[in-house]
Amino acid sequence: MEQKTKLLEVKNLNTTFQMQKNLVKAVRGVDIHVNKGEILSVVGESGSGKSVLMKSIMGILPENAQITAEQIRFESNDIQNISKEQQRKMRGKEIAMIFQDPMTALNPLKTIGQHLCEVLIRHRGMKKAEATKEAVEALKKVGIPSPESRLKQYPHEFSGGMRQRVLIAMALCCNPKLLIADEPTTALDVTIQAQILELLQELQEKEHMSIVLITHDLGVVASLSNRIVVMYGGLVMEEGLTDEIFYHPSHPYTRALLHAIPKPVTGVKERLEPIPGMAPSLLNPPSGCPFAERCNFATKKCLEGLPEYRKYSDTQRAMCIFTDEQLDQMKEKGEGTHVKS
Amino acid sequence: MSNHNSEILVEAQELQKYFPVKNFFGKSKQEVRAVDKISLSIRKGETFGLVGESGCGKSTFGRTLIRMYEPTGGNILYNGTDITTLKGKQLNAYRTKMQIIFQDPYSALDPHHNVREIISEPLSLEGNLSSSEMEERIVSLLKTVGMKPDDMEKYAYEFSGGQRQRIGIARALAVRPEFVLCDEPISALDVSIQAQVVNMLEDLQAEFGLTYLFVAHDLSMVRHISDRIGVMYLGKIVEIADSDELYDNPLHPYTKALLSAIPIADPKTARIAKRQIIKGDLPSPLNIPSGCRFHTRCPYAKPECAMTEPEFREVSDGHFVACHIV
Repeated sequence: MEQKTKLLEVKNLNTTFQMQKNLVKAVRGVDIHVNKGEILSVVGESGSGKSVLMKSIMGILPENAQITAEQIRFESNDIQNISKEQQRKMRGKEIAMIFQDPMTALNPLKTIGQHLCEVLIRHRGMKKAEATKEAVEALKKVGIPSPESRLKQYPHEFSGGMRQRVLIAMALCCNPKLLIADEPTTALDVTIQAQILELLQELQEKEHMSIVLITHDLGVVASLSNRIVVMYGGLVMEEGLTDEIFYHPSHPYTRALLHAIPKPVTGVKERLEPIPGMAPSLLNPPSGCPFAERCNFATKKCLEGLPEYRKYSDTQRAMCIFTDEQLDQMKEKGEGTHVKS
Repeated sequence: MSNHNSEILVEAQELQKYFPVKNFFGKSKQEVRAVDKISLSIRKGETFGLVGESGCGKSTFGRTLIRMYEPTGGNILYNGTDITTLKGKQLNAYRTKMQIIFQDPYSALDPHHNVREIISEPLSLEGNLSSSEMEERIVSLLKTVGMKPDDMEKYAYEFSGGQRQRIGIARALAVRPEFVLCDEPISALDVSIQAQVVNMLEDLQAEFGLTYLFVAHDLSMVRHISDRIGVMYLGKIVEIADSDELYDNPLHPYTKALLSAIPIADPKTARIAKRQIIKGDLPSPLNIPSGCRFHTRCPYAKPECAMTEPEFREVSDGHFVACHIV
């Protein structure tokens, strides 16, 4: 494996929200990095902290959020050490983000052209005419037909898939080094989802961009991502190359997630194995492993404290007291079907 | 699983549902043909999956079929009886036989009502239930969907999405229906919770002998749960087949494109899979293309496709398709 340079490296990031008298711990001491030119998928259920993590890095959380981190290094700078003004410049220019709902992310009173030109004029200091030209190019790049006339249209004249393309075009206007896509296809149809995912892959190859894909759907990321980070209860449960996660999952949660989706390839109508219960509240996250409550293999020890990460390779680590071999053995013996209950 | 000779429970004959589009002065000039002469039959005890992109009319079809919407034309037969024009009490009798589970469990439950009120409302259709009988029924319904009797006094906001969906299912089952329209019941749920709900729907089907019309756009889950599947495009059914047959041997170019758009949850297979991604969006239902409706996006379209509408015909046992090139 060649040595890859890290574009973004985050160490021990914590994000908490002050909600009236309560403290919600959304992200708890997460280490994460993004290599140059890779697609990294951050997978987790709603409330796992995946979006908050990326928004913390972008610095776009509401006022009641408190972010602390040992390090948030982007290229050679620690984002925390530079001025607010520089941070603002960096966002949008170096790091861009697109969101789940393309319906609400655009201003209904502005034309698509105004949206794009605004970004170009602000971040790249272009004049109006030059910006319009560039906007046409941007729309072409994301595969929107007849871009000249589309520029004069308003968001309501675009379909969901087309709006998502516009948002991607806006994000790409400044040639960012990192694109964070927060559930970019969840609101879209399968056919349109396939189009958008193909577009992202194309852009990553052509523009040598790094992409972070936030999603709850492991199926979506299988073909696309180089690496996967699995999050749960504000923590990274497992991290590894795509093949490691799919073929050698080492955390019970990752395994459970993989079992919960139907396998369309085989066509065998196996019964699905749902994960019992539901995600823990982040208001008072358990002091032990957050998945213990739903885990088939949980023991008393799991509830006592957070397990250390176990390294399986240079690229794979998982937070579980058991090794993957122990989990396999327990499963074979039929042990560990809800020890507690 | 599906038996070709088994009895038909619900049948649509040339069913139509058009929505008028009104202009500023309230005059309708155009109409959206959401359901355009669809004929299909659903057999007792089976799960019929209906798939298609958003805006193709799949939910409208389901809702017209259970008489939630007034049909514009065609007939609906329930157990052989024509229920297309039934009204009042006669229709209420069928309302208890046909129920619906909604997509969005967040908006489908009244926030001002607690679970007891939500579930007792359909039960009042049965009339003359004493309050202790009512209580008993609610408790047993909650148990059926895997919830506790204490949940009865809680309000919708106190539950997660998956639990709300369970309440929605309990409400649908309250009147002991035979036919349940599942209108994208899992699309709003997390993956780990989806499997819980799907397994529960399967268990309930086995226990109560329910018949499902399962409307969805997640094709991998549809294959998992359905015996037969219909593919819809712009108000028309373009293909119907047994679910394995449809996935292994899709005939219509649109079905092929839909299937190849499913994300494959296996990296090695996904990398070598040849994807056939259809270009463009669904055309506006106000402006339906001539001939075969799919010809504007079809990679194999011939001049003929733009001129005449293909006939919906049976190409092999139980496998129907409407396409000129098949």
